[in-house]
Amino acid sequence: MSTRTLISPARLARPRGKLLYWLCFALVVALFTLAFLGPLYWMVSGGLKTTQEAVQTPPTWVPGSVHPENYQRAWEVMDLARLLLNTLYYAFGALAFQLVLDVAAAYSLSKLRPVLGKAILGMMLVTLMIPATVLVVPQYLTVLDVPIVERNLLNSPWAIWLPSVTNAFSIFLLKRFFDSIPKELLDAASMDGAGPLRILWSLVLPISRPILGVVSIFAVVGVWKDFLWPMLVLPDPTGQTLAVGIYSLATSVPENVLIAALTIASLPTLLLFLVFQRNIMSGLTAGGLKG
Amino acid sequence: MSAPTLTQDPAAKDRRPRRPRAGAVRPPAGGLGKALRRNVTAHGFLIGAVLCFAFFSWYPIVREFLLAFQKTDDGQVSWVGWDNFVTVWNDPAFGQAWRNTLWFTALALVLGFAVPFLTALVINEFRHGQGYLRLLVYLPVMLPPTASVLLFKYLYDPGYGMFNEVLGVFGIPAQQWLQDPDTAMLSVVVASTWMNMGGATLIYLAALQGVPGELYEAAELDGAGLLRKVWHVTIPQTRLVLALMLLMQIIATMQVFIEPFLLTGGAGPEGSTTTVVYLIYQYAFNFNNYGAAAALGLILLVLLAGFSALYTRLNRATEE
Repeated sequence: MSTRTLISPARLARPRGKLLYWLCFALVVALFTLAFLGPLYWMVSGGLKTTQEAVQTPPTWVPGSVHPENYQRAWEVMDLARLLLNTLYYAFGALAFQLVLDVAAAYSLSKLRPVLGKAILGMMLVTLMIPATVLVVPQYLTVLDVPIVERNLLNSPWAIWLPSVTNAFSIFLLKRFFDSIPKELLDAASMDGAGPLRILWSLVLPISRPILGVVSIFAVVGVWKDFLWPMLVLPDPTGQTLAVGIYSLATSVPENVLIAALTIASLPTLLLFLVFQRNIMSGLTAGGLKG
Repeated sequence: MSAPTLTQDPAAKDRRPRRPRAGAVRPPAGGLGKALRRNVTAHGFLIGAVLCFAFFSWYPIVREFLLAFQKTDDGQVSWVGWDNFVTVWNDPAFGQAWRNTLWFTALALVLGFAVPFLTALVINEFRHGQGYLRLLVYLPVMLPPTASVLLFKYLYDPGYGMFNEVLGVFGIPAQQWLQDPDTAMLSVVVASTWMNMGGATLIYLAALQGVPGELYEAAELDGAGLLRKVWHVTIPQTRLVLALMLLMQIIATMQVFIEPFLLTGGAGPEGSTTTVVYLIYQYAFNFNNYGAAAALGLILLVLLAGFSALYTRLNRATEE
């Protein structure tokens, strides 16, 4: 770090400055660790306590006796395996639909430039300005009875997959990235006789790996974190997502088992984050995305 | 929730002079047939996404407007003019929901706006451990909200919760948190800030890194202290990002739902956490009154459209 910030380097170089700097640093690191890892520690350790210990006053920092079998109980009693599989199914289905349809749309809008393309892009971007929660009611009614095809999508994975495609933000990110690919490259390929699909597959997609990664991670995390929509369109308990299933079972299991279940539900996205944090953070600052 | 962007506005892109459509490779002969075929291909690539938008985004937007002026009884749809709006307006919960939502927004602006900015300022000053601190702040964003909200519900418990325990260390008496109408909303905001502040903090950090260091040096020559440097250099230099995040925060917090829904069952003690979106949810899914839900939604939409428009204009300004 060589950039100059609020406090001058000369001042930091003095012994008093150095001492203060390290003091503040230690304090901030301790405070942040407590504030952000504290609740997570509490969650993991709470899942290891006995039911009695989990609800005793005053609470204990370190479990008096360790009961990893709570995690197993949560897994069995709340049928977490099924909920987890459901969520994976919805998340990766949504990812597949978004990757295929949104990438194709962004490619078309960026490189093939169809008639009315700009109007279509504009109409897609307008949806970003409509508050999402306002649309939940009419969207739900649409899912109950999809016009023209007259199908009821309640309790069907399509109710998650198809609306996930209407992510104007991913289309915008992808289109912007495709716009930056030099035209000459594509022209050279088409001179060699490659069709649009082939150009997309063997030229555009390999170049676009970073942005595809960012869009994919956000697609999966989006389904994983969503609550209201899956609660509404997947009322059948056997088809619910992890987030909704845990909520609906929350009051019927003992505290320590519930906390163990929360830990299990949090693990997949936390691991995804720890593995891909570089991509996620760069995608975030590039796109200004807020959960 | 859909995410507005902080980056360049697409419309700005379109104002650039248009590139010639046909590439150098395209032979001049057979113009019409070629153009037609090219368009069929292009629209073929578009059709899947357009159909999804049509069914699940554009049609629901139109439907929201229609629903607000309709009544549905046993599948019979009839036009009722402004009746739904009157129903919603006369509901005693209406005023309370708006007051609560505005109170939440105000609290969330004080906490959710200031805390990430201060956090970013502090992290930016350190020459060590920035990666670790950034990681910590963003960690909660990756948790499913159900998990973090239920975790907070547990932490807030007046008996076995950790919060009273920690306050006890500083000699502060135990609080009722979510059970007390006076502190319920504040408790919801604290949980919400913890869950969501990561994104804003990282965006502020990126903005802070763009502040030219010479400005701080110049300010020091003029004898400015720490606070004056923040006030006269940092804030003016990052004001566009700050303004954008402020608008985004307003738009997001006015739509708050999951935190009160899971923490206090939606209404909270004496209705102290009933928000506008929770009221919409109740009309639609508890009372089956889609008309009233749509009317209330439309009021929220019109209100937030103003902020959205402002956001779009500002976003464009950042590009120029």
